[in-house]
This record gives sequence, C-alpha cells and structure tokens, in this order.
Amino acid sequence: MVAAEETYKALELSSGWFLENAWLIALIPAVAFALIIAFGKKMPFKGAEFGLVSIGASLVIATGAGIQWMQRTDSADHGGEAAQGAFNGIRGALRAAEGAEAEPFIEPVVSQWVWWQNSGLEFGIGSHIDGLSILLLWLVAFISLLVQVFSLDYVRGDRRYTHFFAALTLFSSGMLVMVMASNTVQLILGWEIMGLCSFMLIGHWWEDAYNSHSALKAFFTVRVGDVGLLIGVAILFFGSNQWAVDNLGSNGFDIRAIQAWALSGDGSSWTLLMASVTLFIAAIGKSGQFPFHTWLPDAMAGPTPVSSLLHSSTMVVAGVFLVARIYPVFWEGFNIANGGLSFIAIIGGITIVIAALLAFVQDDIKKVLAYSTVSQLGYMMLGLGTGAWLPAVFHVFTHAFFKCCLFLAAGSISHSGSHHSFDMKKDMGGLRKFMPITFGAWCVSTLALTGVIPFAGFWSKDEIIDNVGDAGYTFLFWVGLFGAALTAMYMTRATYLTFFGEPRGAAAGIHLDDDHGYATEHRETLVTAATIDRKLVSVGAAPQSLGAAAAHGDHDDHDGDHGDHHDDHHDDHGPHESGKLILVPIVILAVLALTSGFANPTPLAGDALGLNLGEGVELVKKYVEPRPEAVSLDIAAGHAGESLQLLEPGGFVPQSESGGEGEGAKKTGCGRSTPEVGTVCYFPAVSHAVPTLSKILLSLGVVAMGYAAAIGFCIAFYKNKHPKLVGLTERSRIARSGYLFLKNKYYLDALYQNVFVYFVSRPLAKATYWFNQNVIDAAVDGVGAGGKRAGEFVYKNIDQKLVDGAVNASGTIASETGHGLQPIQSGRVNHYASLLFGAAAVGAIVLVILNVS
Amino acid sequence: MLAVNFLLLAAVLFCIGVFGVIARRNAVMVLMSIELILNAVNLNLIAFALMNNNQEGHVFALYVIAIAAAEVGVGLAMVLMIYRNRKSIALDELSEMKG
Amino acid sequence: METLTDQNFLLTLGTFLPLVGVLVMMLWPKDDESGVKSVGIATAGATLLVGIYTLTQFDYSQSEKLQFAVDAEWIEVIRSGYTIGLDGISLPLYFLSMCVTFLVMIYTWDNMPDAGNPKAFYILMLVLQTGMAGTFISQDLILFFVFFEVVLLPMYFMIGVWGGEDRQYASLKFFLYTMFGSAFMLVAFLALFFQTGGESFGFAYLIEMGAGVDRDVQIWIFAGMFLGFAVKVPMFPFHTWLPDAHTQAPTQGSVILAAILLKLGTYGFVRIAIPMLPEGAKAWAPAIAILAVIGIIYGALGCLAQTDMKRLIAFSSVAHMGYVMLGISTLTEFGINAALFGMVAHGLITGMLFFVAGSVKHRFHTLEISRLGGMLIQMPKMGWILGFASMASLGLPGLAGFWGEFPAILSAYQPGFGLNEVLFRVCMVIAAIGTVLAAAYLLWLYQRTAFGMPKEEFSGGAAHSLSAGAGEHADDDHDSDIHDVQPTEWMAWTPFLIAIVVFGVYPQLMFKVMDPAVTQMVQTLGKSLG
Repeated sequence: MVAAEETYKALELSSGWFLENAWLIALIPAVAFALIIAFGKKMPFKGAEFGLVSIGASLVIATGAGIQWMQRTDSADHGGEAAQGAFNGIRGALRAAEGAEAEPFIEPVVSQWVWWQNSGLEFGIGSHIDGLSILLLWLVAFISLLVQVFSLDYVRGDRRYTHFFAALTLFSSGMLVMVMASNTVQLILGWEIMGLCSFMLIGHWWEDAYNSHSALKAFFTVRVGDVGLLIGVAILFFGSNQWAVDNLGSNGFDIRAIQAWALSGDGSSWTLLMASVTLFIAAIGKSGQFPFHTWLPDAMAGPTPVSSLLHSSTMVVAGVFLVARIYPVFWEGFNIANGGLSFIAIIGGITIVIAALLAFVQDDIKKVLAYSTVSQLGYMMLGLGTGAWLPAVFHVFTHAFFKCCLFLAAGSISHSGSHHSFDMKKDMGGLRKFMPITFGAWCVSTLALTGVIPFAGFWSKDEIIDNVGDAGYTFLFWVGLFGAALTAMYMTRATYLTFFGEPRGAAAGIHLDDDHGYATEHRETLVTAATIDRKLVSVGAAPQSLGAAAAHGDHDDHDGDHGDHHDDHHDDHGPHESGKLILVPIVILAVLALTSGFANPTPLAGDALGLNLGEGVELVKKYVEPRPEAVSLDIAAGHAGESLQLLEPGGFVPQSESGGEGEGAKKTGCGRSTPEVGTVCYFPAVSHAVPTLSKILLSLGVVAMGYAAAIGFCIAFYKNKHPKLVGLTERSRIARSGYLFLKNKYYLDALYQNVFVYFVSRPLAKATYWFNQNVIDAAVDGVGAGGKRAGEFVYKNIDQKLVDGAVNASGTIASETGHGLQPIQSGRVNHYASLLFGAAAVGAIVLVILNVS
Repeated sequence: MLAVNFLLLAAVLFCIGVFGVIARRNAVMVLMSIELILNAVNLNLIAFALMNNNQEGHVFALYVIAIAAAEVGVGLAMVLMIYRNRKSIALDELSEMKG
Repeated sequence: METLTDQNFLLTLGTFLPLVGVLVMMLWPKDDESGVKSVGIATAGATLLVGIYTLTQFDYSQSEKLQFAVDAEWIEVIRSGYTIGLDGISLPLYFLSMCVTFLVMIYTWDNMPDAGNPKAFYILMLVLQTGMAGTFISQDLILFFVFFEVVLLPMYFMIGVWGGEDRQYASLKFFLYTMFGSAFMLVAFLALFFQTGGESFGFAYLIEMGAGVDRDVQIWIFAGMFLGFAVKVPMFPFHTWLPDAHTQAPTQGSVILAAILLKLGTYGFVRIAIPMLPEGAKAWAPAIAILAVIGIIYGALGCLAQTDMKRLIAFSSVAHMGYVMLGISTLTEFGINAALFGMVAHGLITGMLFFVAGSVKHRFHTLEISRLGGMLIQMPKMGWILGFASMASLGLPGLAGFWGEFPAILSAYQPGFGLNEVLFRVCMVIAAIGTVLAAAYLLWLYQRTAFGMPKEEFSGGAAHSLSAGAGEHADDDHDSDIHDVQPTEWMAWTPFLIAIVVFGVYPQLMFKVMDPAVTQMVQTLGKSLG
C-alpha cells in the first residue's frame, strides 16, 4: 500500500505546472489580440510589443511543457515498471517478460472547463496535451515569434501596422487553440479562427481588388472544405457518443473518446469511412491538397511574413494535423492497417506531382515556394495515408523551419534586393553578391527542402518515402522519388534565377515607383499563347529593355500619406543586405534547417552513412508518437470528465496474447484487431520501415540527378540561351500546350471561378431570385390581387345587386303599394264611412253565408 | 212577432242613418245620422232583451245613450271648431287627412 | 407542471410598464420632441431595469419550471385565464426584447426616420414592446394570441408611415400575410381547445391533454398552427413578405423585426405546436426539415442575386431561420437547444447588420451595393463593425452565430423519435453546404462595400477622411453626411457587439438556462411518442 502511494506520487510529479496550464499557451496570444485592438495604437511600438511578448510567453510555457512532457514520458518508462509491480505483481511480471519492447501508453494531460451543455451533456474547452500537441505548440510558438520579429522591420510604417500584428497574433492563437484542442468543437474553433485571420492577413492591402479577391478566395475555398469538417464531426459525434458515454464517461466530441472509439470496433466501417472521407475533404481544403490547392498561390497576395507563417507552421498544417490527431479514424476508415489504397495517399501522391510541376512555370518567387509547400504537404498526406504517421509528423516539424526560412529569405530579397518585387525574371538575378547571408540561408534551406543528407528534410522526407515503399505502395514510392527529383529541379531554377546570372530590373537598381505592376502581374487569369513569348524572352534580357520593371505594388505608398515608409530604401536603390531584425530570424531558421533533422535521425541510416548516432536518438518517436498500448477501461473512464484536474497516468494492461510473441507490436489489439473487452486503445500500432543503405542511396541519387539536370538546364537556357531551348514553346506544339496547361494551373481556377462560382453567383442566384419574385411572390401578390378582384365582384354583383337589392326591393314594394292605395285615403269622412259600412256589409254577408251553410 | 217589427224599424233607422253618414255633406247632418244609427242599435238591443227576457240589453242601451250623448257633445264641439276655422262645415271640403 | 410564484408581479410589471409610458407620452406636448424621446427612453430603460431585476431573481437551478407564475381569472366565460410565467425557454427572448427596444430607442434619438413625429414613433415602439414581452410570458393560448396580434399593428404603422418609397405595399403585405396565418392558427387553437375537452386554454393543461388527441386530428391542428407560425418565421415558401417588409421598414423597424418578431414564430413552434401536438409534430417534422433546408439554400441564393444591401440582409434571415427550423424539426434536445440559441444569436447579429445598413443608408442615401465601396477608408469603424457582424453571421466559432448553426446541423444527423435518418442526413449535408453560401454572400457583400476605394460619387469625402485621419481637418462641404460611427450609434451598438462576443466565447451562459427546460419538454414529448 505504501509503495503504491509512493508510486502514485511519483507519477503525479511527472506532470507539472506547465503541462496542466498549457491552455495559457493559446490564451495569452488571444488576450494579446484584444489588447492590441484596444490599446495598440496608443502604445510606443503600435501594439507589436503585445504580440511579441505574448508569443514569447507562449513559447516559454510551451518549452516548459515540452520538457515536462519528456520527464513524464521518462518517468513512465522507468517508473512504470515499478508502478506495475506495486499495483499488480502479475502484470508487472508479464511486462518484465516482454522486456524493453513494451512501452507504456502515456496518458495525455487534460485540463478543461465546461464550455457549453446541451441535452444534459457537458462539453469542455481546455487543453489536451500529448506528444503531438507539444511538438506543434512549441513549433507554432517558435515560428510565430520569429515571424513577428521579422515583421517588425518588414512591415514597418505600414498603414495598418497595428492591425497586422493583431491579426498575426490571433492567427497564432487560433492555431494553438486547435493544436491543443481536447474536443472537436474546440478544434473547429481554432480552425475557423485561422480561416478568419488568413482572410484578414491575405487581404491586408485590401485597397487593391486583387488582394481582397485573393482573401475571399482563400476563405471561401477553405470554407468549402469546412463543410466536410462539420459533417465529419457530426458523424463522429453521433457515432461515438453513446460508446463514449457508456465506456469513458465523456462524449462524442472528445478527441480521446473518438480515438478510442475508432479502434474499439464499435463503429461500423461505413460510418468510419464516411467520417474519414468528409474530414479529409476538410483537410484538403485547409492544407491546399489537390484539387483545392488553388487558393494557396493566391494567398501570396498577403505580406510575406503572413505567407511564411501560413505556409510553415500554421493554417496549411492544420489539415495535416487534423488527420494526425484523429488518426485512428482514418486508420480504420481507410483500412490503412491492411494496406488499403487510401484516399489520403492518392490525393497526397497526386498533389506532390502536380504542385511540383506548377512550380516550374512560376515567375513569382513566392509562388514557387507556395507550390513547393503544396507539394510538401502532399508528402505529409502521403505518409499519413500509408501509415507513416511518425515521418509525416516529423516532416511537419522540419518543413516548418526550412520553408519559413525560404519565405523569409524571399521577403528579405524583396525588401532589400528587388524593391518589393517578387518577380524572379524581371527584378532578380545575381543577388548572391549583394545579399550573402540571405543567400546562404536560402541555400541551406533549399538543400533541406530537397532532402540532401544531413539537412533536416532528408530525415523526414526520405523517411516518408521509405515507409511508403516499406508498406507496399510501390507506385507511390516511385511517385515520392519522382517528386523529390522535381523538387530539386524547381528549387535549382528558382535559386539560379534569383541569385545567379546577371542582375535584372530592380536587382540592377532599376525600378519604377508607384507602379502597380505587381497587382496586374498577379491578375493574369488565362495565359494565351501570344503572351508566352514575351514572358519567356524577357528572361535574361538586358535590364534597360524592361519597360515594365514591375515594382511591388507598393501598396504601402500609393496613397501618399505614409511618406515615412521605406524611407531608407528610397534613398539607395541598389540591392543590399537586409537589417538585423530580418536577418536574425532567417539565420536561426537556417541553422534549424540544418540541424532539426537530428531530432529524429534513424540510427540505421546513421550507421549506414557512418554517423554513429547511438541508441535512443529517435526523440520524436519516443516522445511524440503515441504508444499503441491498450489501456484499462476502468482507468480510462475514471479520469474522464474531471474538470481542471490532471489526469494521472493509468496502469497499463498488457495484452495477454502478446506476452510471448516476438513481434508483438504488430499483432496487439491496437489497430489490427479490436482491443480486448475492458481495454481501449488510443493509437494504432503503425509500422516503421527499416532504412537500408540501398534505398538511401537511391533517393539521394534521384535528388542528385534532379540537381544535375536542373543546373544543366538553367545554364543552358538562362545563361547560354541555347538555341534549341529558347523559343521551344513557340516551335513545338506539344511544349506549348504543356506550358500553357501548367501556366493556367490545369485550368482548375478557370473551372472553379468561371464555372462553379459563376454559375452559383450569377445564373443560379438570379434564377432563384427570379423564381422568388415571379413565382412565389407573384403568387402571393396574385392572391392579393385576386382577393381584391373577387371582392370587387362580390361588391358589385352580389352585395350591391342581390343582398342590397332585396332590401331596397322591400322598400320599393311598400312604397308602390302605398301609392296604389293612396286614392282610398281621400281624406273624406264620407268615403271612409262608406268603406267602413261596405266592409261591414261584406263581412256580414260572409258571416251569413258561412252560418247558413 | 213584436220583436220582428222592432227589428225591422231598427233596420230602417240604421239604413237611413247610414245613408245620412255617406251622403250628407253637412257635418251636423252626419252627426245626426250617427245618432240615428246608434238609436237603431239601441232599438235592437232592447228588442232582443225583451225577446230573451233579460236585463243586460236594457243596461247596455242606457250605456249607449250615455256614450252617444258624449259623442255628440265632442262631435258638435269639433264641428264648431271646424266652422270657426273654415267658415264651413261641408265635409267634402275637408280632405287634409288625404293620404 | 410545477410553478414558482414568488414575486409574480414582476412579469406583469415588466410587460405593461411600457403602456404607462405610452399614457404619459400621450399627455405630453407633441412639439417637445426631446421631451417625448426622453420619456420614451426612460420608460424603456425602466422596463429594462425590471427585466434585469427579473434576471437576478430568476432561479437558474430550476429553469425548467415556470417562475414568477400568475394564474388569475381573465375571461371565465371562455375558460381563458391570465396565466403567465417564465422559464428557461422564454427568459432569453423576453429579456432580449427589452434590450432591443431600449437600444433601438437610443439609436432613434439621432436617427429619426424622415417622416418625423417622434411622439407617435416612440409610442408605437412601446406598444410593440408590450406585445413582444407579453407573447413570451403567456401561458394561455388566448392570451398568447392577443399579444401575438398586438404586435402586428404597431409594426404595420411603423412600416406604413416611416418606411421607404414602397411602404404602403410592404406594410399591407406584411399585415395581411401575417393575419392570414393567424386566422388558421386561431382556428387550430380553438380546435385543440375543443378536442381536449374544452376545459382550459392554459398551456399546462393542453400539453397534458393534447397528446391524447387522435393522430389524424393532431396532424390537421398542427397544420393550422404551422401556417400561422411558419408565416411569422418566415419559412420557405411563406417568406416573401419579409424582404419587402425589411427593405421598406425604417431601420428601427427592421431591427425589431429581425431581432424579435421573427422569433415569435419559432417560439410558437417550440412552446405551443410541438409540445401540445406530439404526434402532429412528428408527422410534420420531415416536411419542416425539408422546407428549412430549402430555405437555407434558397435564401442564400437569393442573397447572391441582390443588389441592395438591406434586401440582402433580409434574405439572409430566411436562410438563418432555416437553421433554426432545422434544429426544431429534429425534435431532439440538441436541435431545439441549438434553435433557441440560434434565435437569440440571429436576433443580435442580424439586428446589428440592419443597424449598419440603416446607418449606411443615412449617410450615402443609397444601399445599392455597386455604388458603395471603400467603407473601410471612409468610415473605418463602421467597416469593422460590418465585417464583425458579417463574420458572426456566417457562423464563425467564437461568435454567437456559430452556436445556433453548428449544433443545428449536427442535430440533423440523428433526429429524434424514429424520424427518417436518411432524409435528415441529406438535410444536414445541404445545410452544411449552406454555410459555404453564407460565407460567399456575406464576404462578397463585405468585399464590395468595405474593401477597395470609395466610389467616385462619394469619394469627395475619401481624401478628406484620410487627411482628417492624419490629423488635419479640411472643411467639409458636400460630403458632410459621411462620417464615422456616432455616439448614439455606439451606445446602441456596443451592447450588441459585446453580447455577440460573450455568447460566442461562453455559450454556456445561455445553454445553461435553456437546457433544463428543453430537456424536460423533450422528455414529455418522449412519453407521449413512446
């Protein structure tokens, strides 16, 4: 008993203040948002200080929580054995027999309050902290902080500087709320707040119709996906609610209940499939997967810090997070366990390739990066869809650093190198001399993105590809490799155009002030063959020939009432390195792009490459990936629904069947079959590929080939202007049509805007309104008019003629009779008397006759 | 038989009275004719009383005489007033009550 | 049903206090406009204070019971009593009506419609307030009907006298259409009265006895009530009076109409039609659900076709009330709770949108969307408020609109009492698609009116307002009427804005009050439906 008591304490200690109060991580930025809106303009730094301090505080708490989570895991791993022994000798012995293979399930730390109640059930809001949320909480807070620091300089002097920081802070808050969501409604809350903020931030310079249009498009496209979210949440709620109430004492919104329910075998496969499909539609919309990827490039209309935040750790990652969070649902719904070719994997695979191809024809550096993001999100989805949960989540982690770094570098270039232009062909080139630090960071991040060892991307992206192959999806494995080669190629092209060759346009010091070229540049909808030549030929042409050296739309300046904006740059027009506030975040991110992969290096890969990494280096695997262990129902239910109280880690019930088997993990209940009665699982037993040297070399070789081909092409086409390549699109019908197809984004935009949106907003809406006015309303009016006419008829014919006629007639008759009888009333007494007597005589005669007879 | 004679006399008187009421223009004459009619009725009443040997007829006759006196009184007063107003008691000139 | 009768003068006081103000105002000289307005606002304020006191005295732990209940004789000869009371279902709406009237009156201080005559206008609003509050506290069908109809007349005059160009048509249409429905409703009331034995018009009695009526009879009686309430909601296809009435009504009328009057219909369903006629409700539920989702999509498409801002908002009401009716039609606690929340949320949000539309009209003298633009430049605060209200209206979580919309959609997944699940799930999907359309028409409206640069015809003020923003005051001549939010507008709007956020962030405030009452109601329903 004493021992049990002590163990209990030890387990309790393994939580901590940060874990229990993790909700502060999301709350602080939300409060800061309110403060910025209320007092921002009166503060010395126009509200930016609230944003920075709040995100900083969030980062501190997230770091603390992360450390405590690691302690918690460690204590469970080491102390758990003792606890088992103390609680139950037999179980302890069983566990000991299993050896180190068996890792205990780490209970998430849940703190929540009653948020709303409905039909007697109470629904909570609060924090649900496990490895996945800790990883993303920290990531979001960290990236947000760097982006805010970057923004201090980048948007300095903007007309809506305060609002910008307000929205940026709320944006981070929304993501944090979503990441720590303990139930699906809270998840929707964070999800939609991000949608709102993306609308505000993408449309930050809303004076220009293009920007507001892009903002609308982003919000609207995501909203289309949200239909799936609403329906999916409804399906999950009603599917799992009864089970959750009975078994766990929670309800069908609770994420843990949903996880456990999905693996319990209680729900029908049809329900799970429908929930998976609908929820994945939401993820498609949010994460810009094919075919809803079209809003992402347009989202580049927002300021660069927004793009970098949006594309690295927030917003687009939300869809991936959604899938990762309630992974058991997808696992069961798409039957990933048994190698079903899942919807997720297919969409992911398609997205990888189509987005990478689109990146080749972009002239806007941010759009290249945007498509690159789409493509990388495709990898994450591919991983999730094939059971490679860990590499996918890890890719979220590493991708955030190098993609954020790339965007910030692009921002730095436009800020200081190309005078607010993002056009690689017109306003860049040769910038490596002027901006060495930016160039260095860019190169590191590019190498990370393309998956070159030992940069971060290698450890995550190659793991995904490897796992896809290992799980038996051979075709998708090759798709992944092909995508990796494409990535290397388009990044080479972007790097070459930006940093190598001769400076062009603004990069050469030529630019036109107050030119709205940027806006028009974006506005192209359908490119025709005629416009291609001009665009292609203009590449590498002498700077002087550029009549339309498009400056950035200079949204900040064109009203002329903010003369102080970018004053420093107006004086010296040449490209130069950016200031410290911009460079520091970039450099930090570049360092992480180089090193963050070592958070979860595969030891075998390390060994194969001669890097002796030792055991236990897979930190993300150890601390983030939930353990596929069944948890006793008594313990799971005992702690559910407790408000504002730590849920202590429970005891662990080993699977009896797994006791003696060697490869127990795959055969245990979690994910491969329904768990035993009395136990629940929260996470399926995903498999992990064992990397081999041959595969690593294969993928590295593919990337190297991609680099080689791209460098060769760039030099031949852009530098030497090889006659066979230049003008190819004019000469070759196939090349031209392919180019047009890509340039027009597979005509998807045209399909959506000119067909769907146009149809709904114009003919359909007009027809509905016509129907309303001319059928329903006309019917109402018709009833009214008909009633009026009927009334008139009744009045004229029935009332006036019949009813009133009868009344009048009686009067008339009386009157006429009177007139007829008038002569009798002669007024002469004699007449009256004679009448009297006559009448009497007649009467007498009648009486006599009657009496006689 | 006696009663029949009385009844015949009464009938004659009644007819004379009726003729007077209808035919005479002079209001006084009409009043007198009415008296004739009333007295014809009186005769009848008494004749029937004798015939049936009861008293009610006599009483009723006396009653009629009293009424007739009053009637003549009122009638003559009215005639007098008409004469004062119109200097004539010719009934055919009095048609104000014409409908 | 248990009732609490402590302090039962409160409801009578709160309901009829406005009429005292009306008496005072009648004696007040017409020319003293500010005096008249002060009396009106003071009366509404006093009424609101009574309402706040009622809120503090309400026993939230027993919100399923009727509180402050009175059961006095009224018209003994027809067995109708002065039976009133307040429970968790009616409390939010009762209080909302008081708040809205008071705030609308404050708004009217500076924004009197063109026809003038504030005395009559304020008197009408006070009479309206009595009718609205009375409807929500009535616990007797005849009393309910009387209050229900009392509301009509002031609104008729408000639209007919102070309305827009086409006001005669709109007001007449509003009046006749509603009367048309009311007639059927009254017949249904009487039929129910006689079918249950002709003992009483009291709600409690009818709820107890109504379940015993034959199913076929229930269906017919429900049809009558459906007509009466559906016109008021309004549900497709009885909605066509709404856009006209809203478009032509003065701002104040639109706000009250949207915030309270439309709720009389949905409240009638929840309070009268469904509990009294369980079998009828069950038979009609699929039809209501179908009409509701048609209304959602149809209203949204109607919005997309509009060129007039106010008419667009009016059509959005059709769509939003569709969610409310969808929630009600599921006959579950979940759905009805959502519907009740949606009623209040829609009242606040659409009321706010109409306020903004009214103020825009006041400044630009047009609501033609194509002529507006750049509101964020000319009137940044107004633009923000419009954006805020639009976001709330499209159901953004964290703002009130979400809690009416999302649970209503959710509840359709699993309707109660063996209703056809497939049908309701199809309805759910369509309703969810409706949220996309809602986003489309609201954001499109926002993009066209608030973003971009002000249009030429009004942009004389654009430069001015920008320079004014930078601190220099150019003298304004022709555009003097384009100014940002005014103090009285702030006073009237701030409570709306705060309520939208507070209910959105902490919906438990309202769910806690309504949930026990709704749960009890559905349990009673369950007993009779098995």
